[in-house]
Amino acid sequence: MRAVASLLSGIIFGIGLIVSGMSNPAKVLNFLDFAGTWDPSLAFVMGGAVVVTFIGYRLAQTRARPAFAERFYMPSARDIDGPLLAGAASFGLGWGLGGYCPGPAVTALALHADGTLVFVSCMLIGMWGARAAKDRLGELAAGPAA
Amino acid sequence: MTDFTPFASLIGGALIGCAAVLLMAANGRIAGISGIVSALLPPAAREDCLPKVTFVAGLIISPILYQLATGETVVQTVSSNLVLMGAAGLLVGFGSVFGSGCTSGHGVCGVARLSWRSLAATLAFMAVAVVTVYVVRHVTGG
Repeated sequence: MRAVASLLSGIIFGIGLIVSGMSNPAKVLNFLDFAGTWDPSLAFVMGGAVVVTFIGYRLAQTRARPAFAERFYMPSARDIDGPLLAGAASFGLGWGLGGYCPGPAVTALALHADGTLVFVSCMLIGMWGARAAKDRLGELAAGPAA
Repeated sequence: MTDFTPFASLIGGALIGCAAVLLMAANGRIAGISGIVSALLPPAAREDCLPKVTFVAGLIISPILYQLATGETVVQTVSSNLVLMGAAGLLVGFGSVFGSGCTSGHGVCGVARLSWRSLAATLAFMAVAVVTVYVVRHVTGG
């Protein structure tokens, strides 16, 4: 049942990205271009998504547990630390260059633009590298291995 | 130029919110795309991997379902500068995992949970992206 629920969630998420225009990198780049061809649409996407999620999460968590899982897996990190901000800076630079973040890029794969295929391939390499880097940092923080 | 689409964008955003709420109410999981996708890369944990695979599959088939249902083609303009798109992909992939989230995990789910950490990440990547677009379009004149 978890697999079916997440399939449905993925489909609704993707259709939301398409309906909102966010699967089009040009629209995202124009949102970021205050000094030029500014298109405020992305603010409405974020606004709609955040309000629905804020209300929906509160309602969902009035129950003791999710329908098909043992518990709610909420992120526990609270710190605004170096990795968070360095990651966000790298992410923002790439987002501003390509106009894609991970959701829209994966959603647009079936539209077969060459730029999308290259972006997603390189994105996977970048994700893999970041995970390796985080593991290495974690080992260093934990001290030398015995 | 792209047209300002307040209603379509609000409705699309609400759908994204519904998808995030569904994933939380059913499976207890945050709808963070970078977290879900990166968890499937090798060495992937075998436990509870299928829901992540079907979520990504749902994203991938969504434009096909949209076109079948509405008869409209999904219009997009993607840069044909493949070196630029490759560099952008590397930076986005690295940054989203190193910074523990992207537009969905931090920007939508994290902000909706009123997490200061996610709000800080969202403001940081938005600011860097705005400066990047300003430099590319108005300083270097690309």
